[in-house]
Amino acid sequence: MNTAYALILPWLVKELDVLKYAVSLTGIMAAIWLLLSGQWTHAILVPLGGVSVALTVYLAYRMRILDREGLPIHLLIPILKYLPWLLMEVVKANLVVARHIVLGRKSLSPRICRLDTTQETDLGRVFLANSITLTPGTVTVYVREKEVWFYALTEELEQGVLSGEMDRRVTRLEGEP
Amino acid sequence: MSLVLDLLSGLMLVSGAILVVISGVGLLRFPDFYSRIQAAGMTDTLCMILILGGLMLQADSLGVVAKLLFTLVFLFFTAPAASHALTKTARQCKLSPWRSDKEGDSSQP
Repeated sequence: MNTAYALILPWLVKELDVLKYAVSLTGIMAAIWLLLSGQWTHAILVPLGGVSVALTVYLAYRMRILDREGLPIHLLIPILKYLPWLLMEVVKANLVVARHIVLGRKSLSPRICRLDTTQETDLGRVFLANSITLTPGTVTVYVREKEVWFYALTEELEQGVLSGEMDRRVTRLEGEP
Repeated sequence: MSLVLDLLSGLMLVSGAILVVISGVGLLRFPDFYSRIQAAGMTDTLCMILILGGLMLQADSLGVVAKLLFTLVFLFFTAPAASHALTKTARQCKLSPWRSDKEGDSSQP
């Protein structure tokens, strides 16, 4: 009994941080499995689901992606605050692009421009680049340490990104690094 | 109540369909590769949200709503990645954006 403890305890202390993410990943995976299958009581399928959840978590552990970046649960609340604003921007940009489609190619003035960014983490940069791409009319071309190059369809759309509103909001979302 | 839901979902489906048609027209009308990606991007974002949202209101069980929601979330993450990959590759192949003052010779790589 004591030897088992002596084997497990150092590992547990070392992996305590990972364990937190493993538990939350297990919960999320189980919830997704239950929602998608709709099976709660089946004698064969439910254990198989459990096995597949365990396998997924084990593989994620082996790949060393059970960390702040791989499973950003701490961002859940900030994302829920950020999403409505992003959706409004997406709707506005969609209407702008639809108007330009109706007006034809004469109304376009495409350009590739640079935006200085203030994110600290890679995850924050990914959020910003994806947000720029999600609003139609602008597409991220390159992502660098402190800058983002993006393509914009017109000057109006370019100014929308260059005003820095999106950059500020993503930096606030990202919070403490 | 169900009448309101039906009306709302019908409105979302119809406006989504209209936007898909507009974006398809844009795909043909826009001058070069980069701007066509923008037109296609409309289907990835607002059209997708409107159509999947309209279908969600029509669903009769939680499972169907959850599946549509997962589709929406995954598309929301993967669509920008695809657009970005296309644009970055085009840029690395030295494809320059169309300019209104250089009509004609820009869409060649």
